[in-house]
Amino acid sequence: MAQMTMIQAITDALRTELKNDENVLVFGEDVGVNGGVFRATEGLQKEFGEDRVFDTPLAESGIGGLAVGLALQGFRPVPEIQFFGFVYEVMDSISGQLARMSFRSAGHFHAPVTIRSPFGGGVATPEMHADSLEGLMAQQPGLKVVIPSGPYDAKGLLISAIRDEDPVIYLEHMKLYRSFREEVPEEEYTIPLGKANVKKEGTDLSIFAYGAMVRESLKAAEELEKEGHSVEVVDLRTVQPLDIDTIISSVEKTNRAIVVQEAQRQAGIAANVVAEITERAILSLEAPVLRVTAPDTIYPYAQGENAWLPGAKDIVETAKKVLEF
Amino acid sequence: MAAKKANAFDPEQNLREIEDKFEMLQILNEDGEIINKEMDPGLSDEQLTELMTRMVWTRILDQRSISLNRQGRLGFYAPTAGQEASQLASQFALESEDFILPGYRDVPQIIFHGLPLEQAFLWSRGHFQGSDVPDGVNIFLPQIIIGAQYIQAAGVALGKQKRGEKSVVITYTGDGGTSQGDFYEGINFAGAFNSPAIFIIQNNQYAISTPRSLQTKAKTLAQKGISAGIPSVLVDGMDPLAVYAVTKQARERALNGGGPTLIETMCYRYGPHTMAGDDPTRYRTSETDSEWEKRDPLIRFRKYLEGKGLWNEEKENEVIDRAKEEIKAAIKKADAAPKQKVSDFLNIMYRGDMPQNVKEQLDIYTKKESK
Repeated sequence: MAQMTMIQAITDALRTELKNDENVLVFGEDVGVNGGVFRATEGLQKEFGEDRVFDTPLAESGIGGLAVGLALQGFRPVPEIQFFGFVYEVMDSISGQLARMSFRSAGHFHAPVTIRSPFGGGVATPEMHADSLEGLMAQQPGLKVVIPSGPYDAKGLLISAIRDEDPVIYLEHMKLYRSFREEVPEEEYTIPLGKANVKKEGTDLSIFAYGAMVRESLKAAEELEKEGHSVEVVDLRTVQPLDIDTIISSVEKTNRAIVVQEAQRQAGIAANVVAEITERAILSLEAPVLRVTAPDTIYPYAQGENAWLPGAKDIVETAKKVLEF
Repeated sequence: MAAKKANAFDPEQNLREIEDKFEMLQILNEDGEIINKEMDPGLSDEQLTELMTRMVWTRILDQRSISLNRQGRLGFYAPTAGQEASQLASQFALESEDFILPGYRDVPQIIFHGLPLEQAFLWSRGHFQGSDVPDGVNIFLPQIIIGAQYIQAAGVALGKQKRGEKSVVITYTGDGGTSQGDFYEGINFAGAFNSPAIFIIQNNQYAISTPRSLQTKAKTLAQKGISAGIPSVLVDGMDPLAVYAVTKQARERALNGGGPTLIETMCYRYGPHTMAGDDPTRYRTSETDSEWEKRDPLIRFRKYLEGKGLWNEEKENEVIDRAKEEIKAAIKKADAAPKQKVSDFLNIMYRGDMPQNVKEQLDIYTKKESK
């Protein structure tokens, strides 16, 4: 076992799959010699050659088209979109093409493509870098959307995503890249897509979160425990499809729930989780299910982001409303 | 205004010189005469007859498709008459292992590449079985998003390169398609990777109603390839021999490691953009129509073949009758396709594990449908 940061775990997962399957190709802007702007692909071109790990011209739509075409040729492309805020440039390839590949060919073609991309706030990026756009992706049938909350999950989930036969959007929160280390096995392991992870068990309240909000939720849970509340924290890991069984059984146990997302409040994953809970477990609920989210503005400029981003304090506040309802 | 210095750098002159180099290549003129012997691809009598047969067959398919559409027996249809040389002579230059990424008007090419006619009809009707490409048929489905096939072609071509395959990729868009960002990204990616791709622009003069002149200031569309550093050709798209020759040349260049080629075929669609209500009289004059009809690919190729003793009325009628029979039989097969169910759609969404939501919905719909 080694102590790894999330970025190291991601590199390790890529290396594992490049080794395992010669159809795996890693490409994007600056992923070659430079090893990616965050060093996620550090050393991979040197190890696997320019044929397997390569730079592309600077055009996100072209990268998406390349992934479609390479999938048609039987490859297992793992393109990187340098920042997920740039996804609008490649939306047609993702939602219009990759997501529909199996359906529109009656299952003849398929697209085992994993699009990796950094996103998330709190690291003072320029505009269009930090937005949480998983809700956009999750609304597109045909896509799976995975967001790891730390190094251990990052490796296991990325290996599963690459081995998946369908397109997976794999979003890496930039603040988690180097903020902490975890024990990560050096050998390969997978974490199934579509399965949530109960990070901490409790009996009074369920907190559902993903990505960077998992740590904030754990911090909040610690605060709440000091005041005598037993809190369960569930990391969704995959936001599409949701792990309905884990969500519902948690709510049936605690009878109270909140959902936390870094994204703005309107539409989105948290709203979907709330809808599933009310449809399936309304009689178990002792209080309304509330959400902790960012407000419905455009993602602010860097100096304003900390006032805007949700965090442990907001989670505690909302949790208390639900606990005291 | 001061007179220009004799040696002063003149960007306008520079551009004119580049643009003037893009003359339209023609081999067979409108009267069916070879005017460019050096470029004659030297097709055998058998090949010439086969190409003519395909063009006549496709003209009949077009006529029948239009009337079947009017009767409500076909769905989405984009007429092809006028573009037979551009479509079929380029496909004729391919081998079966070459991969085609068509636009929505390019159904004839994929039929001749192996898509059964009844599936083309099912695709037109909006039945999912139309899109279930048979194994070993190297085509992608007709692209709806203008330009997307160009970037995908770059991907397939790169894949062929990585696999060391001795084959190429061909893709088609129209004059309007050259204004899309994906057009440029596609040719640029293929150029940057030096991949074996052939990019065809079928310049039929109108993007629905918008004339070619409003798409770009560029004098030709072919010259856009220069910006990506790839060989580019302007060819008479109503001349089957010229289209065949440049496509064949592009294919050989690609196989020999010469990378991608951009080909602009000058042609015309006689019919409307699609059968969904487009009325060409709103944006074209009958004078323009008849001017282009004089350049018709079938007329000139028929003359050329008749001159060689390879074609006559009887032969043409045989092809027409056969086409009608085959269309009738294919429609009958298409009619026999099963009614589509929501459970079919859910079942083809994913190749791998079915996500929980889809599984749950499949249960619900399967129960509903079995009632």
